[in-house]
This record gives sequence, structure tokens and C-alpha cells, in this order.
Amino acid sequence: MAAQVLSERDLAFMLYELFDAESLTARQRYADHSRETFDAAIATGKAVALKHFLPIRQKVDTNEPTFDGEKVHLLPEIKPALEAVVEAGLAAPSTDYETGGMQLPLIVTNAAQAHLSAVASTTLGYISLTHANANLIEAHGSDEQIDTWVRPMREGRFMGTMAMTEPGAGSGLADLTTTAARESDGSYRLSGNKIFISGGDHELSENIVHLVLARVKGAPKGVKGISLFIVPKFLLNEDGTIGERNDVALAGLFHKMGGRGHTSTALSFGEKGGATAYLVGEENKGLMYMFHMMNEARIMVGTGAALTALTGYQYALDYARERPQGRLLANKDPESPPIPIIEHADVRRMLLAQKAYAEGAYALCLYGSQLADDEKTAETKEARTKAHTLLDFLTPIIKTWPSEYGPQANNLAIQVMGGHGYINEHPVEMFYRDNRLNPIHEGTTGIQSLDLLGRKVPMNNFAGYRAMLAEMHGTVEQAKGSELSLFAEQLQAALSELQETTNIVLAATAEKDLDLVFSNSVSYLEMFGHIVIAWIWLRQGMAADAGLQANPHKQDEQFYRGKLQAMQYFFHSELPKIYHWSKLVRDIDSTSFEMKPDWF
Amino acid sequence: MKVLVAVKRVVDYNVKVRPKADGSDVDIANVKMSINPFCEIAVEEAVRLKEKGVASEIVVVSMGPKQCQEQIRTALALGADRGIHVETDAELQPLAVAKCLNALVAKESPELVIMGKQSIDGDNNQTGQMLGALSGLPQGTFASEVNVADGKVAVTREVDGGLQTVSLSLPAIVTTDLRLNEPRYAKLPDIMKAKRKPVENVSPEDLGVDVAPRTKTLKVEPPAQRQAGIKVSDVSELVEKLKNEAKVI
Repeated sequence: MAAQVLSERDLAFMLYELFDAESLTARQRYADHSRETFDAAIATGKAVALKHFLPIRQKVDTNEPTFDGEKVHLLPEIKPALEAVVEAGLAAPSTDYETGGMQLPLIVTNAAQAHLSAVASTTLGYISLTHANANLIEAHGSDEQIDTWVRPMREGRFMGTMAMTEPGAGSGLADLTTTAARESDGSYRLSGNKIFISGGDHELSENIVHLVLARVKGAPKGVKGISLFIVPKFLLNEDGTIGERNDVALAGLFHKMGGRGHTSTALSFGEKGGATAYLVGEENKGLMYMFHMMNEARIMVGTGAALTALTGYQYALDYARERPQGRLLANKDPESPPIPIIEHADVRRMLLAQKAYAEGAYALCLYGSQLADDEKTAETKEARTKAHTLLDFLTPIIKTWPSEYGPQANNLAIQVMGGHGYINEHPVEMFYRDNRLNPIHEGTTGIQSLDLLGRKVPMNNFAGYRAMLAEMHGTVEQAKGSELSLFAEQLQAALSELQETTNIVLAATAEKDLDLVFSNSVSYLEMFGHIVIAWIWLRQGMAADAGLQANPHKQDEQFYRGKLQAMQYFFHSELPKIYHWSKLVRDIDSTSFEMKPDWF
Repeated sequence: MKVLVAVKRVVDYNVKVRPKADGSDVDIANVKMSINPFCEIAVEEAVRLKEKGVASEIVVVSMGPKQCQEQIRTALALGADRGIHVETDAELQPLAVAKCLNALVAKESPELVIMGKQSIDGDNNQTGQMLGALSGLPQGTFASEVNVADGKVAVTREVDGGLQTVSLSLPAIVTTDLRLNEPRYAKLPDIMKAKRKPVENVSPEDLGVDVAPRTKTLKVEPPAQRQAGIKVSDVSELVEKLKNEAKVI
């Protein structure tokens, strides 16, 4: 039997035993729901993934999009597959009933889309970016803009992009040069070049709604002079029908290492005098609005990375159970049959590492979805504020940790399979290539580490930082009297180390060169990320322990034992790494800072 | 035209089932349950008939414990209009199910009854035929194609020698084979709409049916494990083993 895409038992464990998603039905917005409707939505997500995307997964990878100078050509099977997602109601299940949604809680939405994301992470990007785009316009656009652009995007008629990066301004957005000139009718004429625009051109939809960052003529330098514009591929007639082509041209496609389901484009705006553009909100506040979409996209990136890791793990696990090779060291009899490679302890080590990385990462992303829900629908204002504070703080970790350790899990999936993992008869090498983008886009790991240490930690008098520490300390206290007290103590010691390190490094910013102090910010992010994942594993361990106490069925008992073993793996093999990272940070290790470009 | 569709709650086809330790039955504690795959095909066929304008109402019926409502609602999400749940915790054997269905056929007067040819748990392949005998309605079993026209239904049956097409006067009973259609999945908004569709609850007693089992399960055990093969040294050893161990010559 072929490997399963994801473990449904694990999905159910995370949703119902770890995060108690059923309790959400007590909220008015979700009153019509029950575990039955949640499970039905998840079943449909799986069915669409297996029917429409799994059969074309490799084809999408081996047939990258082409550009003939006029149009983009995609694998023809992509369009009907995406249409099936929209028709099944899986594009935006969390939206209101009135707009065709299912009012599904975000944590359940995440699970319902999990199989799709695991099988078609990048192809699905057309749809997920469209809805993130629509969510931004809904939050910051005018009523007219919502009516004009959001509705057709929700219906699947239009698709959306986010256009930020320029040839000379990627991570350094402050230097972007695309400009917009105000016209007498209130619209703008926009011109400039954008690159790495995912889904920037295709024939999948009637229209494409670009959200473009640009500078209004005369705006201040730096990020304070950036505004946000809606720039459609086709202008609309008075009656809303598709009109003439806007001054947006496809300059070319990029050939990517992976992620071939989603075009990456170079777009030229205003080559014929200026693209018609509509300002979102107020001038010079564009970056703030764009963060609405970027924060959402960052959680999407983490989730995609985690799911690609999970599906690679499932594939390698299945292979390791089936593939006979070698004998145990103690067995010297060449006549005895070779054993499945999973019988070798080192293969189990690599599978355990994948399990610890992937299931830790996905649990963190589901926690992020839960917070995103709580900040809107929790009963009390206090609970909503707390969720907002936690999510805002955790965003760089939710984006980065899965993105860094997801590819590492895929790397180990290849290693488990040896030479068979390195060839395209099996998908694990593709998973690795697909996943390798994730530490890069939506803010690189370096950028995220500066965001965490420089902004998120000290922000609002350490509100997010403190709230997160309090959450983790709370779990430590709960676990202390239990079977898992040794793990609780390890986490507590790690939390003390984190607090000390944070105090030392932030105090140093007052005295030393900022670039020196922050030169180990990635180590700080690594340390914080590992502690958060240890915390989420302790929570999984507690849920598994509770499951074991309830006299479970044999298969469930094995499942819970596996959870506890993966938690132990993380605490024994991964968590101690934080002491190495913390030393670099608190010693203000100057090795990288002092290295001169000429010494290379 | 009213169509009555029967659906059975069974262990999901992906689950590897095991007998209970005491050998009394299959262990279904905590395992995933779904609509029997053949019944799913029956629901799909009814929904397609409705989409073609042939059927006007689809009534879905399931029998068994309270949780059977899940399978009824799944069918409602796929396109059935209303449900009937014959609720009982008793063990239901094909004859009891056929009797209940017969009572419902008398009550609802459907022109077409569509059901799976068998369920993947019992593998009996009896209920449709029994219902045919009890109700006196014509039956087309193992259907791989169904066409309704002019008060008749043409059912193409998968039989050993190939395909056989029978023409039945309505009302009639059709049991589905695997190749009849490919069932759809429920669209998310339809899952919520299904919750607002009516489901009537009745008991076997309400239908005047005694569901007491007529056959008794003596023991449930897993199939014998296959023994590993061995190498024989020569032909005479092979012949000796075939004679005395395998006892095939």
C-alpha cells in the first residue's frame, strides 16, 4: 500500500486532544458546528487532494511553467484542480456563511487544508495568496474596493498577488523605487519593476489583482514613504465586466529550484505611461497594511513547511518499513533474510528526528491558528488581547522554525531512503527542493531574527515576550507533579537560560555597537524557537500521557508511546543545543562581526 | 419520482480490523466508521438521477445506533433531501434490515430503492434480494449502469459471463456494484446545509418489525498466518511433502 500523505490519527490528536478544538463550538460563531462537521470538512479536503492533486504532483514538478513572450503556459491539469478546491468550498472555509464560507474555526481550516497543502503546497499558492490579498483589502480597503475586488476573488473569478520585491530592493524594502503619481480623478499612475511575484501572470482567472508597494511622488525616503496600491491586470468597465488591459506586462519567469506549481514572475508596471492604480487606505501607510497580509503569509509559510516535512516523514516511514536491507550487527549469519531498514537503530533515529521536527512544527502552526481565532472570537476582550499579543510575538518563530527544520526533516527523509531518496522516482527530493524556499520568502531567517530580538521582544514593554514565557511556565507547573516532571524541569532550566540571555543581550545594546550585539540574532531565534518547540512537545507529551491513562485501544497505545518517545528525542537530542546558542549570544561573540570582507 | 436509498454505517475501508480478544466479534471500539462504499455509490446514483431531473426526492435511511445519524447526514450533504433513522442498539442481520426496509417501502412508496449490493463488514449480499422477496418488487442486482425511462428502469448487471441488462417495471430495487459511478465528496457549505435537513427517528417496533437475530455468530478469528516457505533438497522430498504434509497428491 502506498504511503499515506499525512497521519489522520495525528491530525485528530492535535486537533481534539492537544488543542481541544471541540470546545470552540461553545462560541456563538461556531454554534452550528460539531466534531462531525469538522471531520467532514477534513475528509473533503483529503478527498480533493487525493483526487485532483496527488496524481499530478510529479507532473507539476517536472513541467515548470513556460513563457512564450506573450503568455504563460501552465500544466493544463492545474486549472481544473484549483477549480475543484474552490467548488468544494475549501478555498476560504473560515469565511461567513453569507459569503459562501463554512464559518469553520481557523484551526480546523488549517487541518481541512492540510492534505491539500501537503500534496500541492505551491500550486495551492494561487488560492492562498488570493485570499490573503482579499483579507487585506477587506481590512483596509474602502467599501467600493471590497465590492469591486474582494467578491470576485472569493468567488474564484479573480486571483491576487502581493508585489513588494524589486531588483534592487528585496529584504531592504526601504529602498524600493516603484513610483505612483496622483491623477486628478483620484487614481494613480504607477511605474516600476517588481520581481519574484508569485502568481504574477497566468491564464487561470479572469483577472489578477496585484497589491503593489510604491512611493507616491514626493513621499519621504525609507519605509515611512511607502504606499499600497491595487493594480489589476485588466481594468474594469463601469458595469464590472473585464475591460482593457492595464499597463502591467510580464517581463519573464524565473526558473526555480522547486515550487514549480506556482509561477515566479518579473512584472513591469507603466512601460506605456503608467499603470492605473488605486490607493488602499492612506498614503505612506502601505507597509503597515502590507503587514496584514505578510503576517498571514508568514503563518502560511510555516504551515506549508511543516506539512511538507510531515508528508516526507510519512513517505520515508513507509519506505523504511518495506525496504529490506542488511542485518542487525549481532547477526553474523549471511543466510538469514535481510531485515526492513526500520529495524536499524540509526534509521529510527532519522525517523524520530523527522517526527520530532515535523510534528513539533505543525503543532506550533496549529497553535498559531488557534491564536488567530482567539484574537477574533474568544469570549472576553482580555482573552482576545492576550491571543493577539501572543500571535504577534510568535509570528517570527512560527514562520522560521518550521521553515528551517522542515527542510532538515526532508533532508533526513532522503537520507533514510539512501540513493532511492536522491532520484525522482520518489518525491522526497522534490519535497526538499519545495521546502527550501521557506527560509527565504516572507522575510528570511536573518530578517525574522532581527524582528524577534530587536522588535518583538522589547515591544510594548516586553508584553509579548512576557506573555509567552508565562504560557510556557504555566505548562511547566502543570507537568511538574506528573510522570513528565523530568521534562518539565529541563524546560524550566531552558527558560531561565533564555531569560538571562535576553537580559544580557538587550542590556548590551545600550553600550555596544548594535551590529555587533545583533550579529548572533539568528542564534537567539534558534534558541527561542527550540524552547517553544520543546514546550509544544511537552504539551503533546501531556496529552499523550492522558491518552495512555484512559486505557486505550492497542493502536492508540502505540500511537501515544510514539508521541512520548518523540518528545523524549527532542528533549534529549535537541533542547540541549540551546546552551551552545545562548553562549554565543550572551558572550556577544564577535567572530562574524569582526570578520573582514577582505579576509575571505 | 421518489428514491429511497439505504446506507449502512461500517468500519472505514482503510481500517485494518481485528477480532476481539474473546473472539466474540470484530473489535470496533474507537475505529473510524464511514458509509459502506457500495452504499455511497447508491447515494451518488440517486443524486445523479435527481440532477438529471429523473428523481424529485431522495430519502436516505440508515439503521442502527444513534451514531448512524452521522452517515445519514453525510448522505444529506451529498444531496439527499431527508433522512430516516431506524434507531436500535440490537444486532441487525440482513433479514431484519430487509424487513425494516420493506415496512418503509410500504410507508414511503418510493418508485426506486437503491442500495449497495453488500456491506464490507458482513459481506452477505442478501439484503437487496430479501427486500425483493418481501416486497414483491422486481430487483436488478450488481448494477453497473442504471437508466430510468417510461416507467421502467434498465439495469445493466455485472454477472460472471459479462454484462446482462434487465428491464424492470417501477417501482423496483437496484443494488449497486463498484463500477456504477464514482461517488463525489461533500462540498463544505453543503455539510452545513445538511444539518438543517429533516431526519425522522423511528424504532423497529414503530415499523412492526422484530429484529431479533436468526443466526448466531459462534466465533470470530483472524485468518491463519501464512507459513514461511522452505527449500527442498530434491524432487523426492518435494513429492514426499506434497503427499504427506500438503496432502494434495
